[in-house]
Amino acid sequence: MDPAEGHVRLELIIDSVSKSYGARRVLHDVTARAGTGQVLVIAGPNGSGKSTLVRMVARLARPTDGRVLWKLDGRALPATDIRRAIGMVSPDLTLYDELSAAENLRFFAQVRGLSATPEFVRSLLDRFGLGGRGGDLVRAYSSGMKQRLKYAFALMHDPPLLILDEPTANLDERGVALVHDTIAQARLRKCVVMATNEPEEVRLGDVVIQLGA
Amino acid sequence: MWSSNWAREALAVLAKDIRSEYRTRYAFSAVLLFAVTALAVVSFSVSPYSLGADVQAAFLWIVLFFSAMTGLSRSFVREEEARTAMTLRLSIAPEAVYMGKLLFNIALQGAVAAVVVPLFLVLMDVAPAHPGLLALATILGTMALASSSTIIAAIVSRANAKGAIFAVLAFPVTLPGLSSAIRATTAALRGAVGSGSALVAGAAGDLRALAAYSVLMIASSLLLFDFVWDD
Amino acid sequence: MCVWNSRLFAALKLLLGVWMTVVIIAAFFYAPAAQNLGQMSRIIYFHIPAAWVSVVAFAVCTAYSVRYLRNRRTQDDAAASFSAELGLLFCVIATVSGSIFAKATWGSYWNWDPRETSIFVLLLIYGAYFALRSSVDDPSRRGSLAAVYGVLAFITVPLLVFVAPRIPAVQSLHPDGPILATGGGLDMDGRMMTVFISSLMGFTGLYAWVFSLRLRAWRFITALANRQED
Repeated sequence: MDPAEGHVRLELIIDSVSKSYGARRVLHDVTARAGTGQVLVIAGPNGSGKSTLVRMVARLARPTDGRVLWKLDGRALPATDIRRAIGMVSPDLTLYDELSAAENLRFFAQVRGLSATPEFVRSLLDRFGLGGRGGDLVRAYSSGMKQRLKYAFALMHDPPLLILDEPTANLDERGVALVHDTIAQARLRKCVVMATNEPEEVRLGDVVIQLGA
Repeated sequence: MWSSNWAREALAVLAKDIRSEYRTRYAFSAVLLFAVTALAVVSFSVSPYSLGADVQAAFLWIVLFFSAMTGLSRSFVREEEARTAMTLRLSIAPEAVYMGKLLFNIALQGAVAAVVVPLFLVLMDVAPAHPGLLALATILGTMALASSSTIIAAIVSRANAKGAIFAVLAFPVTLPGLSSAIRATTAALRGAVGSGSALVAGAAGDLRALAAYSVLMIASSLLLFDFVWDD
Repeated sequence: MCVWNSRLFAALKLLLGVWMTVVIIAAFFYAPAAQNLGQMSRIIYFHIPAAWVSVVAFAVCTAYSVRYLRNRRTQDDAAASFSAELGLLFCVIATVSGSIFAKATWGSYWNWDPRETSIFVLLLIYGAYFALRSSVDDPSRRGSLAAVYGVLAFITVPLLVFVAPRIPAVQSLHPDGPILATGGGLDMDGRMMTVFISSLMGFTGLYAWVFSLRLRAWRFITALANRQED
């Protein structure tokens, strides 16, 4: 990880975060830190607030108390740039059914300011094992293929923060291997946040947040 | 620099929405069918009577308003229902999402008006005295409808009842634009019997009011949209 | 300090009660009947202040909505909704009293004259506001959406109240003279003016008192609930 290569250093700070929906308290006073080169694992049984915490890390939800901070090279990221720094895969994420995989990727590349050329899209599809299936509508994709497409969505802009909610959901052996490869590569240059119950994945964590029942 | 990004992102959203609509064709056909049906009901009900220009104008905009209520919430509601909204939140600035959806709504409502207005003239057997004014009133009125409805569509997409409350929320906010549009259309339909220049002068005031209203609505929506879009 | 405050409030409450009683009596016995409207004119001491309060309540609701969007304090959202409740109540009073007046003087309960339209639209806005609130489950989202709608509706209200009647093509049934916010320019007998202004102040005081009651009750209940949790 050579600084001269221009790799950014991202720092994620979760500071006394709590979340309640009305009277129901979902998260209570969670604190953790992680940075580039580290894997932060959020573990806990279903309903313990894993997805809620993940959403807050992805800036999709706001904590009721406490705060989440994203710092790039020591400086706090302004709100508008946080989106650019994040790539996320989640079971709640859904891509456009009525568009083809290639059209989906091209759309997201366009809005992210990447060069949305057919070559770029094709190489992205190849990288995640969807080569040749770019023209199919996402509606026709199996759940495993959809998951791979989500990885393409999350990584196309090479974000310094990769957030994975249930990374290997719906994947066969090959898919699981692909994901573990991706995580192994990503952890060198990025900060990876994973919400999972799979013991092998929990073991990958440098920092672990254990959420109770 | 950020403004040029918005434009590109908004246009990409517009293109995506148009492509999706084209593939599924729900919104456009449903809205068009509704508009034509409403027109048919009006035309059938009033055929024995001869109506003044003001009543005709009112009927036209009633049909256009309720067509808008049928179609303009779709672009936001569909994102929430299909659960694709999360991908947008992760990749696009909220303002660009709003602008893209606004452009889509303008296009949709414009397409509906392009069908409804000529059909209206035919079914109601009306010859507009000032066709140019009618076109202008329709264009500006369509902009006004779209610019006030879009953020309300966004609000409705984040609530439960969705279809039912869209009209309830939209009407009070849309009313100033609607009444200006009706007045301008009345002036356009009225024959030379009316007080000529005073009528056109009044219409110019209404057209200006419509334009100002649209600008006000869009500006307010841009300021407020973040609060609707983010959780 | 607390004792001083509560004694001051108690005194003000008493004053308000006495004030309103005097105003009501004066409206019927002290103020003279207007020339052309006759005894009917006495409705202005109730109808206009009610309309005034319903607009003030809306403005207050919008102010709290803006504060909520800035700070996300549940108290601000609660305050916005309480003000809206009161606004709705006074708006209904204004609409109904106005309609009665319309029937008595102009012969029909409703005419869509610009001011009638404005108060009716305000009623619709309040209705829409509460319809929106009741259709959102998550409290913080409910607060945001309602606040945005409140602000949006508030921005469009001036267009109706001030722009629509100005446009030459539209005629008005209401007696001449700007009535709502500015207050000046009314051709009123001195005694009528006195009762009118007093009623205006009384109604506003009534609104402020009930609003503060509501807010205090809410704070108390919330504090109690929080304490039970810990």
